[in-house]
Amino acid sequence: MITPEQFTDFHKDVLKEIGNIGAGNAATALSKLVHKSVDMSVPSVELVPFNEVTELIGGAEMVVAATFLRVSGDAPGNMFFILSITEAVHLTQQLTGDQSITEETILDLEISRSALQETGNILAGSYLSSFSDFTGLKLAPSVPFLTVDMVAAVLSHGLIEMSQVSDFAIIIDTQLIDSQRNKTGVEGHFLLLPDPESFQTIFQALGVPIK
Amino acid sequence: MNKTIEVVQVGIADYQIAKEHQHLRTVGLGSCVGVVLYDLHSHVAGLAHIMLPSSNISKGSSFNLAKYADTAIPAMVSELNHTFNTTRNRLHAKIAGGAQMFQFSNQSDTMRVGPRNVEAVKETLQSLNIPILVEEIGGTNGRTIEFDPVTSKLTVRTIYKGTTTI
Repeated sequence: MITPEQFTDFHKDVLKEIGNIGAGNAATALSKLVHKSVDMSVPSVELVPFNEVTELIGGAEMVVAATFLRVSGDAPGNMFFILSITEAVHLTQQLTGDQSITEETILDLEISRSALQETGNILAGSYLSSFSDFTGLKLAPSVPFLTVDMVAAVLSHGLIEMSQVSDFAIIIDTQLIDSQRNKTGVEGHFLLLPDPESFQTIFQALGVPIK
Repeated sequence: MNKTIEVVQVGIADYQIAKEHQHLRTVGLGSCVGVVLYDLHSHVAGLAHIMLPSSNISKGSSFNLAKYADTAIPAMVSELNHTFNTTRNRLHAKIAGGAQMFQFSNQSDTMRVGPRNVEAVKETLQSLNIPILVEEIGGTNGRTIEFDPVTSKLTVRTIYKGTTTI
């Protein structure tokens, strides 16, 4: 099994391309949903110690709305769509037309809950289907799970598989950005965390030599 | 009297030891469990941020003692004993964390890691005869905790639900 510590720059570039294609499609889906143009950052693929994972998103205690999906199939893994709480409130207000949604009520109200969950579902779904098309691997997302909490508490859940083999996580991170740089509920992070065994499958599917 | 308090940060899969004028802090415990071991008389304490229940499931080449309940707690006990001459029978424990961050209908083992961590922590403490004085465990919220070895108070903060001291 290839462990993240053994990755070459070429391996990381291949993973970046997955982030690029996946988030590109997801950005298009989000843009259609909110009728705004959505830009995307260049994906980053980082090998980070667990302690620093939360720094990617803005600090361990930052409050975020996170949709989590467990990916099963040929290359199992974990996927997160993460919005800062302010962005999540904007997004749900926009999608539902209900301006009374606040940081405190976003998880309690059925309508904002399902708006967020469904957004995560659509975006992660389009990310994964392009990942699947690109690699020819069969991937099936679970139903989306939603929570609002501190980044560290949320992300540590996605590190469990990797933590059994390593103290490092390999995270494919792509950020979505509103074209006008306004806070309009579209600035989010896609994080893909393949299980340790999945990297070999992904590289093999793309004909990338392991060593 | 007015000595500044230094806050010792404990990372994920890590443990640290502190004495008077120091606080132990760990941020964002989700399914992880924070285990505080302290000695009332000598005002020293250790805090571990435990990620997984058992070192048996380790498949890696490198091995981090502080990651697993069954290895982190004994390691912390022996460090406390060696550095500060505490004895095991004077140690007490306070634990927090072990939440289930996402509600799954499909209760696979990985998804239940919070409750499994708590069970493993309790078993390990019991086998070492260290009593748990208080616990703040389970639920669906992340927690940030801070411990003062002098007062042996543990402060637990959750978002939107405020701060409690146990």
